[in-house]
Amino acid sequence: MCLAIPGQIISLVDEAPHSALIDVMGVRRKVDVSLVEPDGIAPGDWVLIHVGFAMSKIQEQDAVEQLRMLQALGEATAAMEEVRGYSADEEGSSP
Amino acid sequence: MRYIDEFREPELIARTSEEIRRLVDPARHYRVMEVCGGHTHAIYRFGLKDLLPENIELVHGPGCPVCVLPMGRIDDGLSMAADPNVIFTAFGDMMRVPGTHGSPLEHQARGADVRIVYSPADALKLARANPGRHVMFFAIGFETTAPSTALTLMRARAEGIRNFSIFCNHVTIIPAIRAILDSPDMRIDAFIGPGHVSTVIGCRPYEWIARHEGKPIVVSGFEPLDVLQSVVMLLRQLRAGEAKVENQYRRVVPWEGNRAALKAMADVFTLRSYFEWRGMGFISQSALALNDTYADWDAEKRFAIPGLRVTDPKAAQCGEVLKGVLKPVQCKLFGNECTPELPVGALMVSSEGACAAYYQYEHRKSALVSLPA
Repeated sequence: MCLAIPGQIISLVDEAPHSALIDVMGVRRKVDVSLVEPDGIAPGDWVLIHVGFAMSKIQEQDAVEQLRMLQALGEATAAMEEVRGYSADEEGSSP
Repeated sequence: MRYIDEFREPELIARTSEEIRRLVDPARHYRVMEVCGGHTHAIYRFGLKDLLPENIELVHGPGCPVCVLPMGRIDDGLSMAADPNVIFTAFGDMMRVPGTHGSPLEHQARGADVRIVYSPADALKLARANPGRHVMFFAIGFETTAPSTALTLMRARAEGIRNFSIFCNHVTIIPAIRAILDSPDMRIDAFIGPGHVSTVIGCRPYEWIARHEGKPIVVSGFEPLDVLQSVVMLLRQLRAGEAKVENQYRRVVPWEGNRAALKAMADVFTLRSYFEWRGMGFISQSALALNDTYADWDAEKRFAIPGLRVTDPKAAQCGEVLKGVLKPVQCKLFGNECTPELPVGALMVSSEGACAAYYQYEHRKSALVSLPA
């Protein structure tokens, strides 16, 4: 829950407001981007994600460092489990 | 210095460590509190204590949301899981936290519908998918996760989803720091400020610590070099007799915080007049509840919650560890009756809990050392 997971915005999702498709080490999930929208977001940008919500925009280098940090802390598996756990956003799909 | 080779910038680490040694007054003992459990985890993992002079003592703070929740609130939350119509949802971190009659996972084994979610938005999704059931989300966390709960509630209200509620246990960091400073058995010289909480609240709320309490605080990143640089910044202030707020984690934390997140919180939450923290007692204005607009989604209003106050198991000294009065290993249960596999207290559950972090790294290290060669 306290993990800050870095991810890259692949695309903004038109049909769901404030939502973007985000890639975290090859796993893609829809993430809420309401809280970083005021900073201006575009595909290719990097964000830090907490519990399915992008909380801050970061530089690519910081994203790489954060991933390395999660690995060093032994939290990378938990982080990927969290990302995979974000339900795929189809109505009725259970997490 | 045994860990230094695995650091990303070993030379810079060594130089920073040297600078710390130059800055300390050998006649003085420094107590520096890292407020955030993420820092506690990093400090143990990287053995940062070994890079600091003996007279800098790192004191673990209360910044682990799973750890600070008193057992009564866990029991209160679990009381709702007894209703067969209720789907009890919570983050994975909560699942093994002991309540009086077992953890959420143990309640699941006894037949309660207890499910892990990774986002409050997914709990809401579960409510959409199960219109005949009630989905309750056990919300915990500091200001890092509170905005996500707020946005989820705004969505539930906008969509008119009525079979969904939040059991709100969000807490706020500033009153906890204030309580520590007010505690007569705590003497702290300076603070390593939390990183991710500060992405939301910014640096300004810490200014009173500097101004009124005369304590330096540096908002810090989580890399070993971040933490060491923060110690340098704190020592420079202490040496100059200054007390101010500095931001070492500028690459992520804006001074003003995240306005959209603060607004979402302001729209949904109200400050509780007091809230009980494990080991720290009742702290005034230290937690959030849903405001009247969101009363229909407030589990505390929709369910008859017992409002339990439960004292921790007598032998467990979670409270003292949480306040930094005791080190984890000084607790009588540490490592024998209380382990990550069979936790008695919440600090042994979360990886951000001081006991779990200590057990995983320090305890194991000393166990290895004691093995015959």
